[in-house]
Order: sequence, then structure tokens, then C-alpha cells
Amino acid sequence: MPITFEHVSHTYSEGTPFQYAALKDVNLDIREGKITAIIGQTGSGKSTLVQHLNALLLPTKGQICILDRVITAGEKPKKLKSLRGDVGLVFQFPEYQLFEETVLKDVAFGPKNFGVREEEALEKARNALKLVNLPEDCYEKSPLELSGGQKRRVAIAGILAMNPKVLVLDEPTAGLDPAGTKAMMSLFYELNVKYGKTILMVTHDMENVFTYCDDVVVVEDGSIKVHTNAQEFFRDSALCRSMKILPPALIRMRDMLNEKGFAIPADVQDLEALADDIVKQVKSHE
Amino acid sequence: MGIIDVKNLNFSYDENTETINDVSFSVEKGTYTTIIGQNGSGKSTIAKLITGLLEKKSGVIEIDGSELNLENLNAIRRKIGIVFQNPDNQFIGSTVRDDIAFGLENHRIPQNEMDSIIDANAKRVRMTKYLDQEPTRLSGGQKQRVAIAGVLAMKPEILIFDEATAMLDPQGKEEIKKVIMDLHHETGLTIMSITHDIDEVAASDFVIALNEGRVVMTGTPNEIFAQEEILRRIQLDIPFSMKLEHKLREKGLKMDRYITMNDLLEELCRLHSNM
Repeated sequence: MPITFEHVSHTYSEGTPFQYAALKDVNLDIREGKITAIIGQTGSGKSTLVQHLNALLLPTKGQICILDRVITAGEKPKKLKSLRGDVGLVFQFPEYQLFEETVLKDVAFGPKNFGVREEEALEKARNALKLVNLPEDCYEKSPLELSGGQKRRVAIAGILAMNPKVLVLDEPTAGLDPAGTKAMMSLFYELNVKYGKTILMVTHDMENVFTYCDDVVVVEDGSIKVHTNAQEFFRDSALCRSMKILPPALIRMRDMLNEKGFAIPADVQDLEALADDIVKQVKSHE
Repeated sequence: MGIIDVKNLNFSYDENTETINDVSFSVEKGTYTTIIGQNGSGKSTIAKLITGLLEKKSGVIEIDGSELNLENLNAIRRKIGIVFQNPDNQFIGSTVRDDIAFGLENHRIPQNEMDSIIDANAKRVRMTKYLDQEPTRLSGGQKQRVAIAGVLAMKPEILIFDEATAMLDPQGKEEIKKVIMDLHHETGLTIMSITHDIDEVAASDFVIALNEGRVVMTGTPNEIFAQEEILRRIQLDIPFSMKLEHKLREKGLKMDRYITMNDLLEELCRLHSNM
């Protein structure tokens, strides 16, 4: 079942002088079981959009269908608590939200809050921590003693412990080093491929979008400007550039080469294919 | 002798682990040095030791010829400005002007003098238009530029950036990288930048690579990127142009090493038209 937005608008502080329309008549079908990137400039409405997915924000107009729930403007959402369990939302820099005495307790907090018995909650926490690859000797440490990348993994484990069907991530790799970014993205990829989680990811990192995402949604000024698959999205980098987003290195190189008289196909997928094309075209001049 | 000389530096947060282990390096005056290494390799700890925010266990830190110790800590700190990662944690003024003024006020700089210093440094980071804005209305990149202006106002000789672009959006990252490059080209400041940005590393004069609290290698970007085995071992990335050049060599093209895309492009164009 796809996640759908039907004529969804969201206006902050409606009816006051501070009224601000953050989403304007958004229609959107997100494919289930896929990784969808939500991109757009700062202030475009990306975060507002994703916070509707677990009813953290409610639409001012329109309705959202997610899993088997319908969230309609003006109505009190039903089964809110179970929705929050099924749709896990990880904020930007979630490591700033860790608060428990130990890593294990922090991760177990979610399930316990949902009425799971202590023992079982700790078991769920252990499994989630295993999933994010945190070394076991960290479980009893204070979350504050861990490195930035480890803290981030603890925060994500806290959401995974709830076993959500949909995972919504706001800038999950911001501030991580290259190895940390790769580990984090591989984790989401695994959660998607192996466990069938639907993943939505707000990101500025086009390398991640290019390598891992199936679909791309571009939000601009509160509206959906583009919704397409990732391959199609990178055929023409003008869109990226118009949003002041740096295209992936491979795409930048493709464009630079083509400007200089090479003919690299627009749908070049990886380094291997790019290198093949370059070699072919250089040799044809021999 | 460099403007920063570190010799056999040791530091640990607790008894069991050496966070900084026998680190030595030298930074020449007026150069742009990048420090690379995984999270947890000790990069930020070194920055804090150099600025006296942490106290070393043993070893020597010399700034501009004088050894950093508790007596001259304040004098030496005046020579060094540091910009941290999180723009929100660094904004203390209620407006951009107030924020840049903070350090100057603490040093009791007279008002008329202060105004001209603020104006000059706001201009340097292209924030003149925003002097009377509140921080809530600024982007991350703008706040970070204000932080740089505040540090520059204190007239440091050395400027340290501790992952100053890591928390910014792409536009913010570009803004800050441009400000750093301009400062490098237009002033005699010594710049030391802790970064994961491979393009920034390629553009710097000198690179220090750390792993688990030790200096693994130092050199020009060209020399550093030539040591691919070591980079791989300490889980650091190489520039895209090098990854492509490897593939091309694998497929039979004769290639040198190119650490920027432009250099590689130039060579490919030459091959394309000459052959």
C-alpha cells in the first residue's frame, strides 16, 4: 500500500500575523518498500512534509493515507500511538536527544513506553543495537561517552527497537565522516532490502541519493516540483544546479566531459560504465 | 620552525586510553593545513590542546616561538581563533553586530574603534547586510560566517576550523569554503582546518593524517593521496578523480595521478584530441 498525500496543505500559525504556508496542495504517492529521497533547499518544506507521516504535524487541508490509517484535516487522528510505533521518525542530529543513564536503557525507552515488559524491552533494545552494529561493550556506557557516529547509531536503534514498518530519516548522515556515512547508508539499505522497510530520507547528499535511493521527490516552496526515479532524476543535472545542490561526482564528471566533446550517455550508472565510455571514445581517436 | 610546533604530544581523557599518542608536526606560517582522520582519531582534541582548552599530559606545544603553558595561556590564546562545528552553539549575541562585538567588549575595545572593526569583518564574510538581524533569521552558513567574523575581530594569527562545514547544508558548506579560501589568499593568516571534505583537502597546502591518536602521515595533498594503501587502512576516502583514473588504468589507458577533477579532465581532453 503506497503512502499518499491528497491535496495536503500545512499552514503554521494560521489566522495570526505569523501565518506561513509551508505546504501547498501537495499530492504525492510514495512507493512502499522503496527508498525515497526528499530533497530541496533549506526552508522548502521538506521537514514539514515528513513530520506529517506520523501525525507529528496534522494537515491543515487534505488527507494522508499511511499503512492502514487515514489522517484527515480537521479530524482527531485515530490509533495515533500505534501509528507512531509503525512509522519511526528520526530527527536531524538525533544524538542530541539521548537522555538515559545507559545506552541500553535509552534504546529500551521506546518499547517500554509502549507498554512492553522490561525484560522484553531490553531484548528488543539489544537486537536493535546489534542491527546498528554498536559494539556490545558500549551497552552499559552512558550515551554521552560515545563518539558522534556511535551516538547517532544509538538514536537510530531507539527507533528500530519499535520495529517500525516505515522509517523516516531527516538528514541521517549530516556531520558524519565518510566511513560513518557509508556504514549508516549501508544499514538503511539493508533495512530496506532485507527487512522490507519503506524508507523516506530527507538529504542534501546527492552521492547518497545516487547510490542508494530508488525515487526522488523535490520539494520547492511548499510544493512538489519533481517526483521521479533516481536514474531519471540525474539524467539532467540542471535541476540539481537550479536548487544549488551539488550533483554527484560521477554526474559532474559526465557533464564536464560532454562539454569538452565527449559523448557520455545521460544514463551512465557507475564508475565502471563511465570508464568504459571514456576508454572507448579516447581509443576511437587513435 | 613553524608558527605551530607540536613535539611528542600526549593526552588522554582517562587512564586507560591514549587519545593523543606521541604526536609531532609543524605548521608553517601563512599556510593552509588540513587535518584528516576518522571520527575519534583525535583531530578535535589536538585543536583543543593547541588552543589551551585542554591541558596536555606531556610534550611541547610552541605557538609562534613560545611554549604554551599556564602563564602565557591568555597571551597565546589571543593569537588563535577557533570556529567550531555547531553554528547554534556559537551564537551568543542578540544580533549579528552584538555577536561579532562579544569578544571585543570582553577586551574593552573603545566603542568607536569597535564599530570599524565590526564593519570590516562583517564585510570580509559578506554579512554587512545582516548586521542588525537576529540569529533566528539566519541560515546555518550565515551564522557560521558570523562566528568567523567574531573570531577575526580579535585579530588572530592562526585560525582553526573544527569541522566548521559539517553541520551545514550544501549552500552553507560552499559559502564557508569560499570564505576560508579567500582568507587564505587575501590575508597572511595561518589556517588549520579539520575536515572530511576531500575537495577541501585537495585544495590545501599541507595535510596531516591522524589515526587512533597518532600522526600516520604528513605532506602535500599529492603526497598524501599517493599513499592509498594507508588511506584505505585508516578508512579515509580518496578523491573521485583518483577512483576514475584507477578504473581507466585498469582498462588500459596510461594515466598519472590526478587529485582534482579539472586536472583529470584536462588530461582526458588531451588524449581525446591528440590520439
